[in-house]
Amino acid sequence: MTAAPLDKVMPFNRPRLSHTAVFWLGFAAVMAALIAAPLVLPAFWGRLLTEILIWGLLAMSSDLLIGYTGMVSFGHSAFFGLGMYGAAAALLTVSPPNLWLAIVFGLAGAAGAALFVAFFSTRLRDIYFAITTLIFSQIFYVIIFTWTEVTGGENGLIFTRPHLTIPLLYNARFTPTTLHWFVLAVVAGSYLVLRRITQSPFGMVLQSIRENEPRTRAIGYAVERYKMVSVLLSGLFAGLAGVLYAIQNEFAAPDFVYFLTSGDTVIYNVMGGIGTLIGPIVGAGFFQLARQLLSHLFGDQFPYLIPLGIVFIAVIIFLPQGLLGFARRWLNR
Amino acid sequence: MAALGQILHDIPIDLIIIQTVNGIVTGMILALIASGLTLIFGIMDVVNFAHGELFMLGAYMGVIVIAATGSFWLGLVAAALILAVFGAALQIVTLRPLIGRDPLNTILATFGVSLILQNYALWQFGPVSRKIPDPMSSHFTLFYLQYPWYRIVIAALSAAIIGGFWLFLKYSKFGIWIRATAQDRVMAQAMGIPVPLVYTGVFAIGSAMAAASGVLFGPTTGVDHSMGLDWVLRAFIVVVVGGMGNLGGSIAAAIFISLLESYAAIWVDPSQAVIVSFVVLILTLLFRPTGLFATPR
Repeated sequence: MTAAPLDKVMPFNRPRLSHTAVFWLGFAAVMAALIAAPLVLPAFWGRLLTEILIWGLLAMSSDLLIGYTGMVSFGHSAFFGLGMYGAAAALLTVSPPNLWLAIVFGLAGAAGAALFVAFFSTRLRDIYFAITTLIFSQIFYVIIFTWTEVTGGENGLIFTRPHLTIPLLYNARFTPTTLHWFVLAVVAGSYLVLRRITQSPFGMVLQSIRENEPRTRAIGYAVERYKMVSVLLSGLFAGLAGVLYAIQNEFAAPDFVYFLTSGDTVIYNVMGGIGTLIGPIVGAGFFQLARQLLSHLFGDQFPYLIPLGIVFIAVIIFLPQGLLGFARRWLNR
Repeated sequence: MAALGQILHDIPIDLIIIQTVNGIVTGMILALIASGLTLIFGIMDVVNFAHGELFMLGAYMGVIVIAATGSFWLGLVAAALILAVFGAALQIVTLRPLIGRDPLNTILATFGVSLILQNYALWQFGPVSRKIPDPMSSHFTLFYLQYPWYRIVIAALSAAIIGGFWLFLKYSKFGIWIRATAQDRVMAQAMGIPVPLVYTGVFAIGSAMAAASGVLFGPTTGVDHSMGLDWVLRAFIVVVVGGMGNLGGSIAAAIFISLLESYAAIWVDPSQAVIVSFVVLILTLLFRPTGLFATPR
């Protein structure tokens, strides 16, 4: 005798808002809070929040693979990094630097990497997929690290931030606040697009691949093609996150193509709750805030990844659905 | 014909022979790491992401024991034993609760373990790499090089450990338990084999082998906290190319890939030579996804 069946028996006692209304109200409330945040928060925390949103977008892109298609990617740093270097290429070669061109170049770079990974890795399943994505990201890392003439090698590339331009309407330097709003707009837009994708018939096929791949194949879906498109989409959004990060920090460095970035992405997903899209952003926020808190308490040298790693393993063992796992069904409705 | 003769003449025979020796030496170490990895995968269905960190910790244990006692061989044995106990504890705490779950959970958990161990090593031992002194200083002349005998001994010792392990699997009681569990877990359990104990034992053995290779490899480059990822990546490639869970295939693939990388290092920078093994992996996945050395079932 729990509360849930009672609700179903007496639906007329309490007039309830529809699921859609609650969802959009919640969305609007969170958006309002995030829009207001840079006006209220001190500069350091405002900057951190912008960064969390970018990491959230990266994690969300990988959730499309982990949570919805059932493929764990350990190579998202490749897409993120190629997005960064793509943006860098646009900002360094075209003058004056153009924001939208940076995004187009970044997406093209990420798409190139994603096509490569999609073509070779999607014929593999489970752990084989995970290992090959990891190895592919290392290929891109080695190339970027050693091709010094083009990529700047170990030092990376430094460039200046483009202006925030809306053709014919607006053209001004980014301030921390407008940068935050711009990032927020991109991340929120990406969330809505990804949510639409996961709820579309295409997204349903992805989820059916996750649940039972042989059966999906038997029904007659071209599983490989769906997986490739899934990797490609995931890579594009990860590349978008890379572009945003490049614009925020005004550099592109091989460190971000390295495996650790991919590892962080997986941690955000698992901690926040895979298959929810929101969860990975929450996971990224939790991770970054805990990191700040730990280095605030124990100093910069404190190896924050030790306690966070223990939390991560505990989450896998005791809370496999992640922090937002309880809301998974509701968020996907 | 003349052009062909010229090309043949241009191939540096001496370099190729030197790189063959180098390739076999690193190949044997890689085989030792990869056989632990493939054993753990074959028996437990666990892709042990932390294997490189066990290798690294083993090397550090070697550094500590060798510094305290002055004996390389004592360090080798002690590191293997310490890491075996540590591996068993690790398996009980992090992997035993995940038995029966999706194998992807174990790759995530061992990834978490690798992060913790790597950061622990950085915190405990600092970023400066440590050196294990060569256990023997004699050299022999290989063309214009004074080639250390020690490297040859490493290769022989790795081969001996793998051979001993193979005999252990083949003839000892525990080895037979391991093979039975690998063949059919449920049936093994029904026959009274303590499967959870076998799992823990396998993980301990794999850890000890990783630790031993860490100590053996220590004198050639140096020991630092980030050495694990490099090796675990190569071990992953070896294990996939050799066929997951296939011990003989892994050993063959380890030597094959190390040789290719050594030859590539004649013409390109060693950091770029890694790409050769990536290419081998891609080709394997395209044409022989079950592994280059897999026997068709």
